[in-house]
Amino acid sequence: MPGQPPREAIQNLLPAPEPVRFVNEDGSAAPPPEGYRRPADDLLREAYRRMVLGRRFDAQATTLTRQGQLAVYPSSRGQDACQIGAVLALRDDDWLFPTYRDSMALVSRGIDPVEVLTLLRGDWHCGYDPHAVHTAPQCTPLATQTLHAAGMAEALRRRGEDGVALAMVGDGGTSEGDFHEALNFSAVFRSPVVYFVQNNQYAISVPLAQQTAAPALAFKGIGYGIRSQQVDGNDLVAVLSVLADAVEYARGGHGPVLVEAHTYRMDAHTNADDATRYRDDEEVERWRAADPVARLETLLLTEGLLDAGQISTIRDEAEQFAAALRTRMNAEAPVVALELFDHVFAEPTPQLREQRARLAAELAAAPATQEGH
Amino acid sequence: MATMTMAQALNRALRDALTADEQVLIFGEDVGALGGVFRITDGLTRDFGRERCFDTPLAEAGIVGLAVGLAMGGFRPVVEMQFDAFAYPAFEQITSHVAKLRNRTRGRVSLPMVIRVPFAGGIGGVEHHCDSSEAYYAHTPGLKVLTPATVEDAYWLLRDAIDDPDPVVFMEPKRRYWSKAEVDLTRRRPAPLGRAEVVRTGRDVTLVAYGPSVPVALEAAEAAEEDGISIEVVDLRSIVPFDDATVTESVRRTGRCVVVQEAQGFAGVGAEIAARIQERAFHSLAAPVLRVAGFDIPYPPPKLEHAHLPSVERILDAVDRLQFDDEPDELYLTGGRA
Repeated sequence: MPGQPPREAIQNLLPAPEPVRFVNEDGSAAPPPEGYRRPADDLLREAYRRMVLGRRFDAQATTLTRQGQLAVYPSSRGQDACQIGAVLALRDDDWLFPTYRDSMALVSRGIDPVEVLTLLRGDWHCGYDPHAVHTAPQCTPLATQTLHAAGMAEALRRRGEDGVALAMVGDGGTSEGDFHEALNFSAVFRSPVVYFVQNNQYAISVPLAQQTAAPALAFKGIGYGIRSQQVDGNDLVAVLSVLADAVEYARGGHGPVLVEAHTYRMDAHTNADDATRYRDDEEVERWRAADPVARLETLLLTEGLLDAGQISTIRDEAEQFAAALRTRMNAEAPVVALELFDHVFAEPTPQLREQRARLAAELAAAPATQEGH
Repeated sequence: MATMTMAQALNRALRDALTADEQVLIFGEDVGALGGVFRITDGLTRDFGRERCFDTPLAEAGIVGLAVGLAMGGFRPVVEMQFDAFAYPAFEQITSHVAKLRNRTRGRVSLPMVIRVPFAGGIGGVEHHCDSSEAYYAHTPGLKVLTPATVEDAYWLLRDAIDDPDPVVFMEPKRRYWSKAEVDLTRRRPAPLGRAEVVRTGRDVTLVAYGPSVPVALEAAEAAEEDGISIEVVDLRSIVPFDDATVTESVRRTGRCVVVQEAQGFAGVGAEIAARIQERAFHSLAAPVLRVAGFDIPYPPPKLEHAHLPSVERILDAVDRLQFDDEPDELYLTGGRA
């Protein structure tokens, strides 16, 4: 048949039947997977440091939520290798399009943790300047950010820059129409974008088996002509290797890539969720044995790339980081009610000016407790 | 001076915007080789290349979502939704992202983009081709909603929309696409974005209308003149921002007002306008503000749309009910059971 792609082209798009893995669950080295480079030792050490810091940040955020400082916190504990791997695969001038569960990645990307937590503390919606940090606001509506990443990637391509956009998305998000439209659009335009699916097995309470009949989520790429891969999402070495390869492929002008990481959300959906209603402890314990931080630590210790002293130094750094965050989060954060009208449009409409004046008068008439608002 | 249709004026606006600003991109379904199903983008791909005006896969959320990313990346996308009702798949992108991104980011990310929506009926279109969807957008904070009624406004309002730093839903009254006028586009005459215009002055009644209903309102005013009633017609041009000043000033002078819209009446733009007038000009009003709107029904099939669309007669009936004498309004007294 004319126009039919050669079998080889199809093979190049399909993911491997098993997730790519460099390190076994017990921290021993697995047989090197074909076609992927192991990241440099220095980078692995840095990844370990970031994972320890990231996990400590995550624990601190959970504590702050219990103390009532955050309205809600969706933890990414257990997905640490994905969070850090995604950040290390990107350059600072690449664009990241995160979801609400990717706070750990944002902190690792160097965004001020207080600005990251602005959303969850309820001070405003997005606390950081997306243009300054090349990171879109954390996206709550599922998979909508995949299209923004496709658009940004198209903008980068059209400007002749070699930047790449990476969109984070969850297993549940791959059921949304926007995800499929993003894959299709970027494949047609050959835009430099990487779709990184963190398959943590649950969309709140609904397990993967009720989400899809696909052999793996990575197989959703082939229908759009997108090169796809699946990776052990709790193996930092594999995640970083596969994502670095995907980013390089996209940067080289070959088009988008879909990467699925098999991982696990150790905590409930958020602090407001009760995971015991839909999954048993046995399953959680099985995944605890595959913990991404312990796995990398064992590998690096075994290979002599890390020693107990270095680990202790990193843990101290993480404690200091958490303590500084605690102090800053416990400080009073003034919110300014009149700002509500300032950013709806570039210039407020006459109606917004009227409403602002009305609220200002209300606040002025209120008792002194409103001071500073 | 040149004679052109509204469709040609819109095409001209897109051409001039593409020429004026390298960041302007036009995309959507069939906007390339075909020039759009209404030919609004006719010849743009030929003249500006596929990099500036291009077809996308068929997916409206995809088109708008892609525009968000491109606008974040420094471009000024102008996207076409093929028909009003075909824009609904993009609703989440429009309401959750297009409308909110500036606010979510405290003004750090602006989205200068235009979503063109051919809307409303009167063209004999089969189902899903004739919705008046303006209220959905006007109800969403963060979107500007413009709709031209004249050939000249079609050009200038679209240029304004493309130059604006905020996202604009640009609603094109498709039954006016083929209306013609002699215009001089080298010199701007119309008022700036956000201002309504008094398009006919009068003493006794104000008709407030927008988009496809403006010519109907003008025709009604003409007919009323013969009966000795002097009608002023206000063309909103911009639903958001809403020009309270022009509308209120007119109603204070005339003391009577009918709001005309083609959309179904319940919870529509006309309801908002009537409420605003009563909040601002109550003591000037000699009669309740009335609305002439479409019925609260899904848009009718082609052979029945004449029964649905606000007509000159229906507007004149409403004008008659503005209590020029003290006779009670029979329709209202019987609660519609007459």
